[in-house]
Amino acid sequence: MNTIKRFFTDRDSLASLLVTVFAGLFSLLAGIVLIFIVSKNPIQSTRNFLLAPFLRSYNFYYLLIVMVPITFTGLALCIIYQLRYMSMIVDASFYTGAVVATAIGTQLNLPPGIHPAVAMLAAGAVGGLIGLLPAILRIKWRANELVSSLMLNYVFYFFGSFIILYFLRDRSQTILSSVPFKESFRLPRLVENTQLHAGFIIAAVFVVLVSLFLFRTRWGYEIRLTGANQKFAYYAGLPVTSIILYAHFISGFLGGVGGAVEMAGLYRAFIWQMNPSYAWDGVIVAMLARKNPRFVPISALFFAYLRVGADFMSRRGDVAFEFITLLQGLIILILASDRIVNYFKERRLKRQVLSRTGASEGGSR
Amino acid sequence: MNYLIRTEKLSKIYPNGTFANKSIDFQVAEGEIHGLVGENGAGKTTLMKMLYGEEQPSAGRILIDEKPVTIASEFEAIKAGIGMVHQHFMLVPSLSAAENLVLGKEPKRTRSRTFDMQEAVRITEELSARYNLPVYARARVADLSVSMRQKLEILKALYRGARILILDEPTAVLTPQETEELFAELKALRQRGKTIIFISHKLKEIFNLCDRVTVMRDGRLIATHQVADVDIHQISNEMVGREVQFEISRPPLQAKSPALVVRDISFVDDFGIAKLKHVSFTLRHNEILGVVGVDGNGQTELVEILTGTEKPLSGSVMANGKEITGRSPGFIRRCGVAHIAEDRITVGTALPATISQNLLADRYWRAQFCAPTGFLKMPAMAAEADRLVKDYDIRCNSPNQPVASLSGGNMQKVVVAREFTAEASILVIAQPTRGVDIGAIEYIHARIMDMRSAGKAILLVSSDLQEVMALSDSLIVMHEGEIVAYFPDASAVTDKELGLYMLGIRRQSDDELRKVLHEHD
Repeated sequence: MNTIKRFFTDRDSLASLLVTVFAGLFSLLAGIVLIFIVSKNPIQSTRNFLLAPFLRSYNFYYLLIVMVPITFTGLALCIIYQLRYMSMIVDASFYTGAVVATAIGTQLNLPPGIHPAVAMLAAGAVGGLIGLLPAILRIKWRANELVSSLMLNYVFYFFGSFIILYFLRDRSQTILSSVPFKESFRLPRLVENTQLHAGFIIAAVFVVLVSLFLFRTRWGYEIRLTGANQKFAYYAGLPVTSIILYAHFISGFLGGVGGAVEMAGLYRAFIWQMNPSYAWDGVIVAMLARKNPRFVPISALFFAYLRVGADFMSRRGDVAFEFITLLQGLIILILASDRIVNYFKERRLKRQVLSRTGASEGGSR
Repeated sequence: MNYLIRTEKLSKIYPNGTFANKSIDFQVAEGEIHGLVGENGAGKTTLMKMLYGEEQPSAGRILIDEKPVTIASEFEAIKAGIGMVHQHFMLVPSLSAAENLVLGKEPKRTRSRTFDMQEAVRITEELSARYNLPVYARARVADLSVSMRQKLEILKALYRGARILILDEPTAVLTPQETEELFAELKALRQRGKTIIFISHKLKEIFNLCDRVTVMRDGRLIATHQVADVDIHQISNEMVGREVQFEISRPPLQAKSPALVVRDISFVDDFGIAKLKHVSFTLRHNEILGVVGVDGNGQTELVEILTGTEKPLSGSVMANGKEITGRSPGFIRRCGVAHIAEDRITVGTALPATISQNLLADRYWRAQFCAPTGFLKMPAMAAEADRLVKDYDIRCNSPNQPVASLSGGNMQKVVVAREFTAEASILVIAQPTRGVDIGAIEYIHARIMDMRSAGKAILLVSSDLQEVMALSDSLIVMHEGEIVAYFPDASAVTDKELGLYMLGIRRQSDDELRKVLHEHD
């Protein structure tokens, strides 16, 4: 409660909150303008875009389902961004996590409940190890972790496809698909006759866990301090190298678990024909949340809302689904331009200083 | 009266909100040496930057020869006849002195229009002779001494036709002997009709050199005096705004058992330059050992090696009987060594982090603050942060505000509070009062003396010679990576004498130097 109060009384946090809200609203507005330009039936399309979750109950549950994977990647990237690193390897962790979960979900026989849990742990462990790679390259050879992670993402994508294709493929299907999951692997449904699965609860639990981890434990403290100034952290005696490593492991772990949850919750078999790349949606989610895991659900909700609206509209009208990438670009552009925040900050400061000294000027003369 | 250069109601507000200059009416007459004094952060440098076109005024105007001018850039300043010698020299180290001198205004061969090195050397030597500022025209700047680089900077400004020379704390990097030399040269320049603005916070220098002096405080111009009409006391009170207590009380103490034993440390930097050569000394409890030397003679590297941010090529360091050579800063801290880093902005603090985080960064893991499960005890941490903020008089609204929002002095108090409460018996202190206001300096000095009384072993490195001499029990002098002198009693040595060792003119015998090892005490 106190943190919330402080958040709203602190002018700088408030300024960044305003910019975040502005980014959201502006992207919505730009979306509407765009619809009016390209659509033959703009009113209908706009209505479908903005009100999709409320027009069909299917859409509403779909919104909640979409939130799950981007919550995991968003949390994973919050940790990376708290450390002031730029690794995108969570994409590979997520994809490979799904592949590992597929292997366990199709090959092992375990009781229900235990089965997905084992898959999640294994996927998390593998995802975590993958997450370490760019960090090791950076520490050992000062290789930029953004570049190396983007390249490694391809390596793991093709490696994962290879595993599915050669070891787990269902040869009776014409499209690429793994053999079906064991029934014990699948997560229970939360609401009958919808696809909303227990993964939603698991994601919520992880939001709490990651928040506690970052703000209440010594390890989170270390990550935040290292992110604030790595040289200082080293000077103050923090084990910086291991901090960087475990932060990347945990980030990859979250990605891996996210991949497993997605498999166990939503699918009957591994049927991704291409990489869904939830990590890029995670970037926007983490940025909208200002790298604070506590705000990840809100930003994931907003992002899922855009997605579901665009999806619904494109199926009902003449605006392509890809129009959402344009909105994503806009959001990133606005959020990344810290100058906007700084402009307001500076203007406010100048006014304050001027009024303060104006008063004392009169007094001292 | 007509002035060569003056300002009218000149003000400057920086984008971060700092009101650095408030309605300044500053006047300099032709042919005088005009001192500009004030504490760090009083606004001297900002005022000069506006005169030199590096910063634009937020309000007010500048007049040269009673004509209003706008100085939009350094180029225009040079055109208007203003030259500046910065605290940090603007020279290309890999080029010769002559090339640096003519850079941007090079002599060309008439036919080929290519650079004429012969002519550049001739110009340099002629200027050097005319103004009696000796430099080696053909030597690379990297090989020149600091004082010669400074002379080169002055010549550079004169070559470009400067009538007004601004010198920003020129003596900060010089030894006492070099300072005297510089003063004689500046007086000669005055006789040749040049006008000099001399920035300093050392009042003695102002009285030795200047005709008039202007005092600044808190971004305001307090007063301008004829130097002959005032005394040091009045100026220092105007600078600080109150009576200043410069005396440091020093109860006599007997230095005790060895705490930090340094033997035969050598270090070579990334460019293959030997920064430390076989450095050995012993630091004892109850003792402040001052390290004296012109900046860049290995002091920085020595501190880095002692505290773990750099690893030595050879040699050994023992702290409280434990080998710490080449270990991590974390390990060394756990062996009881605390460290005030010389650069508090990039190393000594984490600016975006809160005051509380900065205060607890070396101890959050202790049982007092962290349960065995890894969960932090937030109330205990908040209480400790509150206690330190109160004990060390850190002026802030809340321990949860970022350190970046503090003034230099309070930022340094955060560092001091952390390091002096770190349960360490050895303190390595580098530049404790650099860029800190006088109030905070008094405070930090008193705290250092408290630490001495508490039995700590203190290694004090500072480029402020007066500071080291006033605080230290004994002194070592470093020159080009070597210890060239050891004075067991700091009060028995003068700054002149130290200057001879700092310049490398004198060097003690090996027998005298061996005393610093304290092997037979």
